Amino acid sequence: MIRLEKINKTYFGAQPLHVLKGIDLQVNEGEMVSIMGASGSGKSTMLNILGILDNYDSGNYYLNGKLVKDLSENEAADVRNRTIGFIFQSFNLIPFKTAMENVALPLYYQNVNRKKRNQIAMEYLERFGLKEWADHYPNELSGGQKQRVSMARALVTQPKVILADEPTGALDSKTSAEVMQILREVHETGITMVIVTHERGIALRTDKIIHLKDGIIENIEINNPDSIDFSKEIK
Amino acid sequence: MFDFDGIHEIWQTITRNKTRSLLTAFGVFWGIFLLVVLSSTGNGFENGLMQQVEGVTPNTAFFFTGETSEPYKGYQKGRSWSMQMADLEAIKETFPCVKAISPEASVWSSEDKNVIYGSRGGSFSVKGVLPEYNTIEKSKILKGRFINDTDISANRKVCLLGKKVYETMFERGEDPLGKMVKVNGIYFQVVGVIRSYTDNVNINGSIDESVILPYTTMQQVYALGDKIRFFAIVADDETPITDIEEDLKQLIKQRHDIAPTDEDAINSFNVSEIFKAFKGLFFGIHILIWIVGLGTLMSGIIGVSNIMLVTVKERTREIGVRRAIGAKPKDIIGQVLSESLLLTTLAGLVGLCIGVGIMAIVGSITANMPSDNMMFQEPYMSFKAAVAATVIVIISGLLAGVLPALRAIQIKAIDAIREE
Repeated sequence: MIRLEKINKTYFGAQPLHVLKGIDLQVNEGEMVSIMGASGSGKSTMLNILGILDNYDSGNYYLNGKLVKDLSENEAADVRNRTIGFIFQSFNLIPFKTAMENVALPLYYQNVNRKKRNQIAMEYLERFGLKEWADHYPNELSGGQKQRVSMARALVTQPKVILADEPTGALDSKTSAEVMQILREVHETGITMVIVTHERGIALRTDKIIHLKDGIIENIEINNPDSIDFSKEIK
Repeated sequence: MFDFDGIHEIWQTITRNKTRSLLTAFGVFWGIFLLVVLSSTGNGFENGLMQQVEGVTPNTAFFFTGETSEPYKGYQKGRSWSMQMADLEAIKETFPCVKAISPEASVWSSEDKNVIYGSRGGSFSVKGVLPEYNTIEKSKILKGRFINDTDISANRKVCLLGKKVYETMFERGEDPLGKMVKVNGIYFQVVGVIRSYTDNVNINGSIDESVILPYTTMQQVYALGDKIRFFAIVADDETPITDIEEDLKQLIKQRHDIAPTDEDAINSFNVSEIFKAFKGLFFGIHILIWIVGLGTLMSGIIGVSNIMLVTVKERTREIGVRRAIGAKPKDIIGQVLSESLLLTTLAGLVGLCIGVGIMAIVGSITANMPSDNMMFQEPYMSFKAAVAATVIVIISGLLAGVLPALRAIQIKAIDAIREE
């Protein structure tokens, strides 16, 4: 599903910063992986490249079998809209839109008519137990509810890949566990998932943990989340 | 992009951010509102003033004698002189384009009550004119008739009463025709009652407060001799009065042995120049109004642009998120431009409607006021100007959105995520 071949990325500032130094990575369809690393290890940059939010200098990035390189803004927007679902640490819900409208927004950019997209959005909200909150604005929702809305928004276009940037970073441990539970359930429907995190407790719930250090993959840890009893884990 | 769904999306963004939208829109609203009010007020004054001068035929000039300022043909300078009836005849012969000509002489009485009928009396001015005078200073004959040729040739002791004179001297509804009125000690028979066209334009005092006598009778009764110091002419429509004004003066100077270069011996002024001055004045006022109005509008539009620029900055996250979940650059440009367009157009139309509404109220109030002295009539904006203002608002709404839109597409999805 995702294949990175010798990806290099340098930020040219006052001091050129070589962030990614030849990353090779394969994420298969239906896999749930996490990327771990200290700050500055390049994990956010990698996620940005995976999400086509940023470009890379050299190498090849194949998403769903297609080479993603030098896409125009429009092509990138289209791929993001149809293939990728984003979950952000700070939720990034639009404050003046209700939960339902936030979830429906990606469909607006697919030119789905309003009645249809609100209907689809409602289905997803219902799936995440937020039906009663559909008409509420983000500031009327708890952190966990907000993250569930943003997950519904990520999934509403039925993407192939979910990219999550510290999805539990702004949540307490109980809510984090709930969110991770939901992500696993989503993953079990066959969606490929890449989660960036610096919390080992989160990473342990994924199939593969990719350890990044100074722009290179240090090691890949194969993990079996089903063998771990998370009820005892203390973050 | 301009489907109903898109408009709904933009409308939602505008209405869910009310304070921001209201602040943004206010400048444009105010600009258009001021433009409408100023332009309507200007029209109101113009209509009012133009109605005031309607009483005088535009192609009119007045001539009056002064003292000579140059010695000529043996005469010293400083000579006082006057014209005669024969001069008027000569003018008519030399200038066939002169439609009407009439001298005018006025007498004011120092007596308390110079006009007396029965037990009533009042103090009014007395004017002597020729029949043609009625086409120079327009008036309405309420009862009877104006001075006629027979009155002139026979020096008849007849008079017309101005409206106010009639109201003072007679009971309401009383028929004054044929009655004898004593004017400065001499009895005249009333042949008519007249009223001036408007109150504000009059020649040597309002007709309403005058007693009008035949010119010849006036000369005889007041022992003026065959002297004319003031006369008025109207030229036909094909001849602008300014074309003959100077030639006419030369003719009179020649007939009275006055130096052709003498500027002070005979004076004149013509109404067409006053009309032209009015027209020019209002043209200038209209230009000023549009400059002020458009200037206000422009600052409103710059305000819109400015606030939207700030707004775009403030909305970095929103726009970034929209980009991340699939908005294309054209979606973002469309959104910002449409927001600007919709806001300015709405604000402009509201300003237009409120402005027109207020001026309609003002107009109906002034229309119901006694109109004798109204310097302010029908303060309405022309339809053309309203359409122009609307078009300007729409175009400027688009222009105001350009800079913010360009700024908005600079925002990359990644910025939304970075901004913590």
